[in-house]
Amino acid sequence: MTKRLLSVTNLNVSFGNREIIHDLSFEVQQGDCLAIIGPNGAGKTVLLQALLNLIPYRGEIRWRQDARLGYVPQKVAADRQLPLSAKDLLTAKARYLKLPSNELQYVSGELGLTHELLNTSIGALSGGQFQKVLIGFALLGRPNVLLFDEPTASLDELTEERVYELLQSLQKDKGMTILLVSHDLSVVYRNANMVLCLSGGKTCMGPPKEVLTPAMLEELYASPSHYYQHVHEHGHEPDARIARERQKW
Amino acid sequence: MVRDQGLLFVLALFFSLAAGLVGCIALMRRMLLAGDVISHLALPGLGLAFTFKVNPVLGGAATLFLGTFLVWQLQRKTDLATEAAIGVIFAAALAVGAAVTPSEDLAESLFGQLQKLSLPGFILGLAAVIFVIFSIFLLKDQLALSIFSTDLAAATGVHIARLDLYFLLLFSLTVLVGVRFMGALLASALIIMPSATARQLTNKLSHFLLLAVIASLLSVAAGFLLNAFVFKFSTAGPTIAILSAVLFSLSLLARAK
Repeated sequence: MTKRLLSVTNLNVSFGNREIIHDLSFEVQQGDCLAIIGPNGAGKTVLLQALLNLIPYRGEIRWRQDARLGYVPQKVAADRQLPLSAKDLLTAKARYLKLPSNELQYVSGELGLTHELLNTSIGALSGGQFQKVLIGFALLGRPNVLLFDEPTASLDELTEERVYELLQSLQKDKGMTILLVSHDLSVVYRNANMVLCLSGGKTCMGPPKEVLTPAMLEELYASPSHYYQHVHEHGHEPDARIARERQKW
Repeated sequence: MVRDQGLLFVLALFFSLAAGLVGCIALMRRMLLAGDVISHLALPGLGLAFTFKVNPVLGGAATLFLGTFLVWQLQRKTDLATEAAIGVIFAAALAVGAAVTPSEDLAESLFGQLQKLSLPGFILGLAAVIFVIFSIFLLKDQLALSIFSTDLAAATGVHIARLDLYFLLLFSLTVLVGVRFMGALLASALIIMPSATARQLTNKLSHFLLLAVIASLLSVAAGFLLNAFVFKFSTAGPTIAILSAVLFSLSLLARAK
Protein backbone atom coordinates (compact mmCIF):
# COMPACT_ATOMS: atom_id res chain seq x y z
CA MET A 1 0.00 0.00 0.00
CA THR A 2 1.26 3.42 -0.87
CA LYS A 3 2.47 5.71 1.91
CA ARG A 4 0.59 8.59 0.40
CA LEU A 5 -2.59 9.04 2.39
CA LEU A 6 -4.00 12.17 0.84
CA SER A 7 -3.45 14.04 -2.35
CA VAL A 8 -5.07 17.36 -3.09
CA THR A 9 -4.88 18.72 -6.60
CA ASN A 10 -5.93 22.18 -7.77
CA LEU A 11 -8.37 22.68 -4.93
CA ASN A 12 -10.59 25.75 -5.18
CA VAL A 13 -13.19 26.78 -2.64
CA SER A 14 -15.31 29.90 -2.92
CA PHE A 15 -18.26 31.29 -1.04
CA GLY A 16 -20.30 33.32 -3.50
CA ASN A 17 -17.82 35.52 -5.31
CA ARG A 18 -15.19 35.29 -2.63
CA GLU A 19 -12.48 32.81 -3.37
CA ILE A 20 -11.17 31.35 -0.14
CA ILE A 21 -8.79 28.71 -1.43
CA HIS A 22 -7.18 29.09 -4.80
CA ASP A 23 -5.53 26.32 -6.74
CA LEU A 24 -4.08 24.47 -3.78
CA SER A 25 -2.17 21.23 -4.27
CA PHE A 26 -0.37 19.17 -1.65
CA GLU A 27 0.14 15.66 -0.38
CA VAL A 28 0.15 14.04 3.04
CA GLN A 29 2.04 10.83 3.82
CA GLN A 30 0.95 8.28 6.34
CA GLY A 31 2.18 9.13 9.85
CA ASP A 32 2.73 12.80 9.03
CA CYS A 33 1.73 15.53 11.37
CA LEU A 34 0.89 18.38 9.04
CA ALA A 35 0.36 21.79 10.59
CA ILE A 36 -1.80 24.17 8.60
CA ILE A 37 -0.96 27.75 9.49
CA GLY A 38 -1.87 31.18 8.23
CA PRO A 39 -3.54 34.42 9.29
CA ASN A 40 -7.22 34.65 10.17
CA GLY A 41 -9.42 34.26 7.15
CA ALA A 42 -6.79 32.42 5.13
CA GLY A 43 -9.08 29.42 4.80
CA LYS A 44 -7.58 26.96 7.27
CA THR A 45 -10.90 25.77 8.65
CA VAL A 46 -12.42 25.85 5.19
CA LEU A 47 -9.64 23.56 3.99
CA LEU A 48 -10.43 21.03 6.71
CA GLN A 49 -14.12 21.22 5.87
CA ALA A 50 -13.38 20.61 2.21
CA LEU A 51 -11.15 17.65 3.12
CA LEU A 52 -14.07 16.26 5.13
CA ASN A 53 -16.41 16.83 2.20
CA LEU A 54 -18.60 19.15 4.28
CA ILE A 55 -18.61 21.98 1.75
CA PRO A 56 -18.63 22.15 -2.05
CA TYR A 57 -15.28 22.57 -3.81
CA ARG A 58 -13.65 22.28 -7.19
CA GLY A 59 -10.55 20.26 -7.86
CA GLU A 60 -9.61 16.88 -6.54
CA ILE A 61 -9.29 15.55 -3.00
CA ARG A 62 -8.24 11.95 -2.91
CA TRP A 63 -7.93 10.01 0.33
CA ARG A 64 -6.33 6.57 0.35
CA GLN A 65 -9.07 3.95 0.46
CA ASP A 66 -8.42 2.83 4.02
CA ALA A 67 -8.43 6.39 5.42
CA ARG A 68 -10.84 6.79 8.33
CA LEU A 69 -11.22 10.40 9.35
CA GLY A 70 -11.77 11.78 12.82
CA TYR A 71 -12.61 15.46 13.14
CA VAL A 72 -12.22 17.77 16.11
CA PRO A 73 -13.79 21.12 15.18
CA GLN A 74 -12.59 24.43 16.55
CA LYS A 75 -15.85 25.13 18.23
CA VAL A 76 -19.27 23.62 18.28
CA ALA A 77 -22.09 26.09 18.28
CA ALA A 78 -24.26 23.62 20.16
CA ASP A 79 -27.10 24.84 22.28
CA ARG A 80 -25.87 24.30 25.81
CA GLN A 81 -29.43 23.78 26.97
CA LEU A 82 -29.79 20.56 25.01
CA PRO A 83 -30.75 17.54 27.08
CA LEU A 84 -27.68 15.64 25.92
CA SER A 85 -25.02 14.11 28.12
CA ALA A 86 -21.50 13.45 26.88
CA LYS A 87 -22.39 9.77 26.81
CA ASP A 88 -25.52 10.43 24.70
CA LEU A 89 -23.36 12.01 22.03
CA LEU A 90 -20.73 9.31 21.99
CA THR A 91 -23.34 6.57 22.07
CA ALA A 92 -25.27 8.18 19.23
CA LYS A 93 -22.18 8.10 17.04
CA ALA A 94 -21.22 4.57 18.09
CA ARG A 95 -24.72 3.29 17.36
CA TYR A 96 -25.04 5.16 14.09
CA LEU A 97 -21.76 3.67 12.86
CA LYS A 98 -22.68 0.28 14.36
CA LEU A 99 -19.40 0.14 16.27
CA PRO A 100 -18.76 -2.76 18.62
CA SER A 101 -20.19 -2.20 22.07
CA ASN A 102 -16.80 -1.96 23.81
CA GLU A 103 -15.69 0.93 21.57
CA LEU A 104 -17.00 3.57 23.95
CA GLN A 105 -15.13 1.96 26.84
CA TYR A 106 -11.95 1.89 24.80
CA VAL A 107 -12.15 5.59 23.95
CA SER A 108 -13.15 6.53 27.50
CA GLY A 109 -10.17 4.59 28.78
CA GLU A 110 -7.77 6.23 26.32
CA LEU A 111 -8.89 9.73 27.28
CA GLY A 112 -9.68 9.18 30.93
CA LEU A 113 -13.35 10.05 30.45
CA THR A 114 -14.79 9.12 33.81
CA HIS A 115 -18.25 7.71 34.40
CA GLU A 116 -19.15 10.96 36.09
CA LEU A 117 -17.97 13.10 33.20
CA LEU A 118 -19.79 10.92 30.67
CA ASN A 119 -23.03 11.40 32.51
CA THR A 120 -22.66 15.18 32.74
CA SER A 121 -24.82 17.22 30.41
CA ILE A 122 -22.83 18.93 27.67
CA GLY A 123 -23.98 22.32 28.96
CA ALA A 124 -22.32 21.70 32.32
CA LEU A 125 -18.90 20.60 31.02
CA SER A 126 -15.90 22.90 31.38
CA GLY A 127 -14.05 23.98 28.25
CA GLY A 128 -11.40 21.33 28.79
CA GLN A 129 -13.90 18.56 29.46
CA PHE A 130 -15.93 19.54 26.44
CA GLN A 131 -12.80 19.41 24.28
CA LYS A 132 -11.98 16.00 25.65
CA VAL A 133 -15.43 14.77 24.74
CA LEU A 134 -15.01 16.17 21.23
CA ILE A 135 -11.69 14.36 20.91
CA GLY A 136 -13.37 11.21 22.20
CA PHE A 137 -16.08 11.71 19.62
CA ALA A 138 -13.44 11.94 16.90
CA LEU A 139 -11.60 8.85 18.14
CA LEU A 140 -14.70 6.65 18.10
CA GLY A 141 -14.46 4.27 15.18
CA ARG A 142 -10.65 4.23 15.44
CA PRO A 143 -9.75 6.74 12.76
CA ASN A 144 -6.27 6.63 11.28
CA VAL A 145 -6.36 10.32 10.39
CA LEU A 146 -7.27 13.11 12.78
CA LEU A 147 -8.24 16.56 11.56
CA PHE A 148 -7.76 18.94 14.44
CA ASP A 149 -8.98 22.52 14.16
CA GLU A 150 -7.32 24.78 16.76
CA PRO A 151 -7.59 22.07 19.36
CA THR A 152 -6.74 24.32 22.27
CA ALA A 153 -8.36 27.61 21.29
CA SER A 154 -10.57 27.72 24.35
CA LEU A 155 -8.38 25.98 26.89
CA ASP A 156 -6.18 27.12 29.74
CA GLU A 157 -2.46 26.37 29.58
CA LEU A 158 -2.55 23.26 31.70
CA THR A 159 -5.30 21.61 29.70
CA GLU A 160 -3.60 22.74 26.52
CA GLU A 161 -0.50 20.88 27.59
CA ARG A 162 -2.49 17.68 28.07
CA VAL A 163 -4.14 17.96 24.68
CA TYR A 164 -0.76 18.24 23.00
CA GLU A 165 0.63 15.32 24.98
CA LEU A 166 -2.32 13.32 23.76
CA LEU A 167 -1.74 14.49 20.23
CA GLN A 168 1.86 13.39 20.41
CA SER A 169 1.01 9.98 21.78
CA LEU A 170 -1.62 9.44 19.10
CA GLN A 171 0.87 10.21 16.43
CA LYS A 172 3.94 8.48 17.84
CA ASP A 173 2.40 5.45 19.56
CA LYS A 174 -0.59 4.80 17.38
CA GLY A 175 0.91 5.94 14.12
CA MET A 176 -1.96 8.26 13.42
CA THR A 177 -1.73 10.85 10.70
CA ILE A 178 -2.62 14.29 11.98
CA LEU A 179 -3.72 17.43 10.19
CA LEU A 180 -3.59 20.26 12.62
CA VAL A 181 -4.79 23.82 12.21
CA SER A 182 -3.01 26.02 14.69
CA HIS A 183 -2.16 29.64 15.38
CA ASP A 184 0.38 28.47 17.81
CA LEU A 185 3.87 28.26 16.33
CA SER A 186 5.41 26.47 19.29
CA VAL A 187 2.94 23.66 18.78
CA VAL A 188 3.86 23.57 15.16
CA TYR A 189 7.54 23.24 16.07
CA ARG A 190 6.94 20.61 18.68
CA ASN A 191 4.44 18.40 16.88
CA ALA A 192 4.53 18.90 13.16
CA ASN A 193 6.96 17.37 10.71
CA MET A 194 5.38 19.28 7.84
CA VAL A 195 3.89 22.74 7.58
CA LEU A 196 1.41 24.06 5.06
CA CYS A 197 1.08 27.84 5.04
CA LEU A 198 -2.01 29.46 3.62
CA SER A 199 -2.11 33.17 3.05
CA GLY A 200 -4.05 35.13 0.51
CA GLY A 201 -3.41 32.82 -2.39
CA LYS A 202 0.25 32.23 -1.49
CA THR A 203 1.03 28.79 -0.19
CA CYS A 204 4.17 27.03 0.88
CA MET A 205 4.89 23.62 2.27
CA GLY A 206 7.84 21.88 3.88
CA PRO A 207 9.40 20.87 7.19
CA PRO A 208 9.00 23.56 9.92
CA LYS A 209 12.68 24.52 10.00
CA GLU A 210 12.64 25.26 6.28
CA VAL A 211 9.28 26.92 6.03
CA LEU A 212 9.09 28.95 9.22
CA THR A 213 11.85 31.42 8.46
CA PRO A 214 11.40 34.98 9.72
CA ALA A 215 11.06 36.14 6.13
CA MET A 216 8.30 33.63 5.45
CA LEU A 217 6.53 34.50 8.67
CA GLU A 218 6.69 38.14 7.76
CA GLU A 219 5.16 37.36 4.41
CA LEU A 220 2.54 35.17 5.98
CA TYR A 221 1.43 37.44 8.74
CA ALA A 222 2.16 40.76 7.03
CA SER A 223 2.83 42.52 10.33
CA PRO A 224 5.31 40.52 12.35
CA SER A 225 6.21 43.33 14.78
CA HIS A 226 4.66 41.48 17.68
CA TYR A 227 6.94 38.59 17.12
CA TYR A 228 10.10 40.66 16.87
CA GLN A 229 9.29 42.76 19.91
CA HIS A 230 9.06 39.71 22.01
CA VAL A 231 12.31 38.35 20.79
CA HIS A 232 14.22 41.57 21.37
CA GLU A 233 12.76 42.33 24.76
CA HIS A 234 13.92 39.10 26.23
CA GLY A 235 16.91 38.50 24.06
CA HIS A 236 16.16 34.87 23.32
CA GLU A 237 16.70 32.90 20.20
CA PRO A 238 13.56 33.22 18.09
CA ASP A 239 12.82 29.50 17.94
CA ALA A 240 13.33 28.84 21.61
CA ARG A 241 11.43 31.93 22.51
CA ILE A 242 8.48 30.89 20.41
CA ALA A 243 8.54 27.48 21.95
CA ARG A 244 8.47 28.92 25.42
CA GLU A 245 5.92 31.61 25.00
CA ARG A 246 3.58 29.89 22.56
CA GLN A 247 3.24 33.24 20.92
CA LYS A 248 -0.19 33.48 19.37
CA TRP A 249 -1.00 35.27 16.20
CA MET B 1 -70.64 4.86 20.35
CA VAL B 2 -68.73 2.76 22.83
CA ARG B 3 -66.71 1.26 19.99
CA ASP B 4 -66.03 4.76 18.64
CA GLN B 5 -64.80 5.91 22.01
CA GLY B 6 -62.66 2.80 22.29
CA LEU B 7 -61.03 3.37 18.90
CA LEU B 8 -60.51 7.01 19.70
CA PHE B 9 -58.91 6.14 23.00
CA VAL B 10 -56.50 3.68 21.35
CA LEU B 11 -55.63 6.15 18.61
CA ALA B 12 -55.15 8.91 21.17
CA LEU B 13 -52.78 6.72 23.20
CA PHE B 14 -50.65 5.95 20.16
CA PHE B 15 -50.82 9.54 19.03
CA SER B 16 -49.58 10.66 22.43
CA LEU B 17 -46.49 8.46 22.01
CA ALA B 18 -45.74 9.92 18.59
CA ALA B 19 -46.45 13.48 19.70
CA GLY B 20 -44.23 13.09 22.78
CA LEU B 21 -41.30 11.87 20.68
CA VAL B 22 -41.74 14.37 17.86
CA GLY B 23 -42.14 17.11 20.45
CA CYS B 24 -38.80 16.20 22.05
CA ILE B 25 -36.96 16.53 18.75
CA ALA B 26 -38.88 19.71 17.91
CA LEU B 27 -37.97 21.19 21.29
CA MET B 28 -34.28 20.47 20.71
CA ARG B 29 -34.55 22.01 17.24
CA ARG B 30 -36.36 25.00 18.71
CA MET B 31 -39.42 24.57 16.51
CA LEU B 32 -41.93 23.45 19.10
CA LEU B 33 -44.48 26.06 18.10
CA ALA B 34 -44.14 25.26 14.41
CA GLY B 35 -46.84 22.59 14.71
CA ASP B 36 -49.61 25.14 15.04
CA VAL B 37 -48.33 27.02 12.07
CA ILE B 38 -47.51 24.05 9.89
CA SER B 39 -51.08 22.74 10.19
CA HIS B 40 -52.22 25.76 8.17
CA LEU B 41 -50.27 24.48 5.20
CA ALA B 42 -53.23 22.12 4.75
CA LEU B 43 -55.57 25.05 4.15
CA PRO B 44 -55.22 25.53 0.38
CA GLY B 45 -55.68 21.78 -0.14
CA LEU B 46 -58.83 21.76 1.96
CA GLY B 47 -60.23 24.68 -0.01
CA LEU B 48 -59.45 23.02 -3.32
CA ALA B 49 -60.86 19.71 -2.11
CA PHE B 50 -64.15 21.42 -1.28
CA THR B 51 -64.23 23.09 -4.67
CA PHE B 52 -63.55 19.88 -6.55
CA LYS B 53 -65.49 17.68 -4.15
CA VAL B 54 -62.54 15.50 -3.20
CA ASN B 55 -61.96 14.04 0.26
CA PRO B 56 -60.72 17.05 2.28
CA VAL B 57 -58.17 14.99 4.23
CA LEU B 58 -56.47 14.02 0.98
CA GLY B 59 -56.44 17.58 -0.27
CA GLY B 60 -55.19 18.87 3.05
CA ALA B 61 -52.50 16.22 3.27
CA ALA B 62 -51.36 16.99 -0.29
CA THR B 63 -50.73 20.69 0.32
CA LEU B 64 -49.41 20.04 3.83
CA PHE B 65 -46.69 17.79 2.45
CA LEU B 66 -46.09 20.04 -0.54
CA GLY B 67 -45.74 22.96 1.87
CA THR B 68 -43.37 20.95 4.05
CA PHE B 69 -41.25 20.16 1.02
CA LEU B 70 -41.17 23.86 0.10
CA VAL B 71 -40.13 24.74 3.66
CA TRP B 72 -37.28 22.26 3.35
CA GLN B 73 -36.19 23.61 -0.04
CA LEU B 74 -36.36 27.17 1.21
CA GLN B 75 -34.21 26.54 4.25
CA ARG B 76 -31.71 24.60 2.16
CA LYS B 77 -31.40 27.16 -0.60
CA THR B 78 -31.43 30.29 1.55
CA ASP B 79 -29.93 29.26 4.89
CA LEU B 80 -33.12 30.52 6.54
CA ALA B 81 -33.85 28.97 9.91
CA THR B 82 -36.62 26.37 9.88
CA GLU B 83 -39.00 28.62 11.74
CA ALA B 84 -38.44 31.47 9.27
CA ALA B 85 -38.99 29.16 6.29
CA ILE B 86 -42.14 27.77 7.87
CA GLY B 87 -43.32 31.33 8.56
CA VAL B 88 -42.94 32.36 4.92
CA ILE B 89 -44.72 29.30 3.55
CA PHE B 90 -47.37 29.56 6.26
CA ALA B 91 -48.33 33.11 5.31
CA ALA B 92 -48.44 32.21 1.63
CA ALA B 93 -50.52 29.10 2.30
CA LEU B 94 -52.95 31.08 4.42
CA ALA B 95 -53.39 33.62 1.62
CA VAL B 96 -53.92 30.94 -1.04
CA GLY B 97 -56.22 29.05 1.32
CA ALA B 98 -58.35 32.14 1.91
CA ALA B 99 -58.53 32.82 -1.81
CA VAL B 100 -59.67 29.34 -2.83
CA THR B 101 -61.97 28.64 0.10
CA PRO B 102 -65.60 28.30 -0.92
CA SER B 103 -66.95 27.53 2.50
CA GLU B 104 -67.21 29.13 5.89
CA ASP B 105 -66.85 25.75 7.51
CA LEU B 106 -63.25 25.41 6.52
CA ALA B 107 -61.87 26.00 9.97
CA GLU B 108 -63.93 23.22 11.39
CA SER B 109 -62.79 20.76 8.80
CA LEU B 110 -59.21 21.81 9.36
CA PHE B 111 -59.45 21.61 13.11
CA GLY B 112 -61.26 18.30 13.34
CA GLN B 113 -62.91 17.09 16.46
CA LEU B 114 -62.14 14.43 18.97
CA GLN B 115 -65.58 12.91 18.50
CA LYS B 116 -66.23 10.92 15.40
CA LEU B 117 -63.88 8.36 14.01
CA SER B 118 -64.55 5.92 11.18
CA LEU B 119 -62.81 2.56 11.07
CA PRO B 120 -60.77 3.43 7.96
CA GLY B 121 -59.85 6.73 9.62
CA PHE B 122 -58.76 4.85 12.70
CA ILE B 123 -56.63 2.43 10.72
CA LEU B 124 -55.00 5.17 8.66
CA GLY B 125 -54.36 7.31 11.70
CA LEU B 126 -52.94 4.41 13.65
CA ALA B 127 -50.68 3.37 10.77
CA ALA B 128 -49.41 6.94 10.48
CA VAL B 129 -48.57 7.38 14.15
CA ILE B 130 -46.93 3.95 14.40
CA PHE B 131 -44.85 4.89 11.37
CA VAL B 132 -43.84 8.13 13.11
CA ILE B 133 -42.92 6.32 16.34
CA PHE B 134 -40.73 3.79 14.55
CA SER B 135 -39.10 6.40 12.35
CA ILE B 136 -38.16 8.60 15.29
CA PHE B 137 -36.83 5.56 17.08
CA LEU B 138 -34.67 4.63 14.08
CA LEU B 139 -33.51 8.18 13.40
CA LYS B 140 -32.92 9.33 16.96
CA ASP B 141 -29.14 8.89 16.91
CA GLN B 142 -28.78 10.79 13.66
CA LEU B 143 -31.15 13.46 14.91
CA ALA B 144 -29.20 13.83 18.15
CA LEU B 145 -25.92 14.17 16.24
CA SER B 146 -27.29 16.71 13.79
CA ILE B 147 -28.93 18.76 16.54
CA PHE B 148 -25.61 18.84 18.40
CA SER B 149 -23.56 19.84 15.37
CA THR B 150 -24.39 19.52 11.70
CA ASP B 151 -20.67 19.51 10.84
CA LEU B 152 -19.85 16.66 13.18
CA ALA B 153 -22.94 14.75 12.09
CA ALA B 154 -22.04 15.21 8.44
CA ALA B 155 -18.43 14.20 9.12
CA THR B 156 -19.83 11.06 10.75
CA GLY B 157 -21.74 10.31 7.55
CA VAL B 158 -25.21 11.64 8.35
CA HIS B 159 -26.97 13.07 5.30
CA ILE B 160 -28.15 16.32 6.88
CA ALA B 161 -30.49 17.65 4.19
CA ARG B 162 -32.26 14.31 3.86
CA LEU B 163 -32.59 13.99 7.62
CA ASP B 164 -34.10 17.49 7.81
CA LEU B 165 -36.69 16.53 5.22
CA TYR B 166 -37.52 13.25 7.00
CA PHE B 167 -38.05 15.03 10.26
CA LEU B 168 -40.18 17.79 8.73
CA LEU B 169 -42.36 15.18 7.05
CA LEU B 170 -42.71 13.18 10.27
CA PHE B 171 -43.56 16.38 12.08
CA SER B 172 -46.20 17.29 9.47
CA LEU B 173 -47.63 13.79 9.52
CA THR B 174 -48.00 13.93 13.29
CA VAL B 175 -49.61 17.35 13.06
CA LEU B 176 -51.95 16.12 10.33
CA VAL B 177 -53.15 13.12 12.30
CA GLY B 178 -53.35 15.17 15.46
CA VAL B 179 -55.27 18.08 14.00
CA ARG B 180 -57.62 15.84 12.04
CA PHE B 181 -58.48 13.32 14.72
CA MET B 182 -57.49 14.89 18.02
CA GLY B 183 -58.37 18.51 17.35
CA ALA B 184 -55.94 21.39 17.05
CA LEU B 185 -55.81 22.12 20.75
CA LEU B 186 -55.02 18.59 21.77
CA ALA B 187 -52.51 18.11 18.96
CA SER B 188 -50.49 21.16 20.05
CA ALA B 189 -50.81 20.32 23.71
CA LEU B 190 -49.45 16.83 23.21
CA ILE B 191 -46.57 17.97 21.02
CA ILE B 192 -45.54 20.84 23.29
CA MET B 193 -46.35 20.01 26.91
CA PRO B 194 -44.79 16.56 27.45
CA SER B 195 -41.41 17.52 25.99
CA ALA B 196 -41.35 20.76 27.98
CA THR B 197 -42.23 18.73 31.08
CA ALA B 198 -39.55 16.12 30.47
CA ARG B 199 -36.96 18.82 29.80
CA GLN B 200 -37.37 20.06 33.39
CA LEU B 201 -36.55 16.66 34.78
CA THR B 202 -33.47 15.41 32.96
CA ASN B 203 -30.36 16.26 30.97
CA LYS B 204 -30.09 12.87 29.33
CA LEU B 205 -31.50 12.09 25.93
CA SER B 206 -32.95 8.66 26.66
CA HIS B 207 -34.59 9.86 29.87
CA PHE B 208 -35.87 12.93 28.08
CA LEU B 209 -37.62 10.87 25.40
CA LEU B 210 -38.92 8.35 27.92
CA LEU B 211 -40.28 10.95 30.34
CA ALA B 212 -41.98 12.87 27.54
CA VAL B 213 -43.68 9.71 26.36
CA ILE B 214 -44.77 8.86 29.90
CA ALA B 215 -46.11 12.38 30.50
CA SER B 216 -47.94 12.26 27.20
CA LEU B 217 -49.48 8.81 27.80
CA LEU B 218 -50.40 9.71 31.34
CA SER B 219 -52.28 12.86 30.37
CA VAL B 220 -54.18 11.07 27.60
CA ALA B 221 -55.12 8.04 29.70
CA ALA B 222 -56.03 10.01 32.79
CA GLY B 223 -57.71 12.73 30.73
CA PHE B 224 -59.96 10.24 28.94
CA LEU B 225 -60.97 8.50 32.14
CA LEU B 226 -61.54 11.73 34.04
CA ASN B 227 -63.64 13.08 31.23
CA ALA B 228 -65.63 9.89 30.79
CA PHE B 229 -66.48 9.46 34.44
CA VAL B 230 -66.17 12.87 36.06
CA PHE B 231 -66.37 15.92 33.78
CA LYS B 232 -68.37 14.43 30.92
CA PHE B 233 -67.51 17.21 28.43
CA SER B 234 -68.42 16.47 24.84
CA THR B 235 -64.75 15.88 24.04
CA ALA B 236 -61.81 14.80 26.19
CA GLY B 237 -59.41 17.26 24.49
CA PRO B 238 -59.51 20.09 27.03
CA THR B 239 -59.23 17.72 29.99
CA ILE B 240 -56.19 16.06 28.45
CA ALA B 241 -54.58 19.40 27.61
CA ILE B 242 -55.18 20.73 31.12
CA LEU B 243 -53.71 17.59 32.62
CA SER B 244 -50.58 18.04 30.49
CA ALA B 245 -50.30 21.57 31.83
CA VAL B 246 -50.67 20.27 35.37
CA LEU B 247 -47.89 17.75 34.75
CA PHE B 248 -45.71 20.56 33.43
CA SER B 249 -46.36 22.61 36.58
CA LEU B 250 -45.46 19.62 38.72
CA SER B 251 -42.23 19.24 36.76
CA LEU B 252 -41.37 22.82 37.62
CA LEU B 253 -41.86 22.03 41.30
CA ALA B 254 -39.73 18.91 40.97
CA ARG B 255 -37.00 20.94 39.34
CA ALA B 256 -37.14 23.60 42.03
CA LYS B 257 -36.31 20.99 44.65
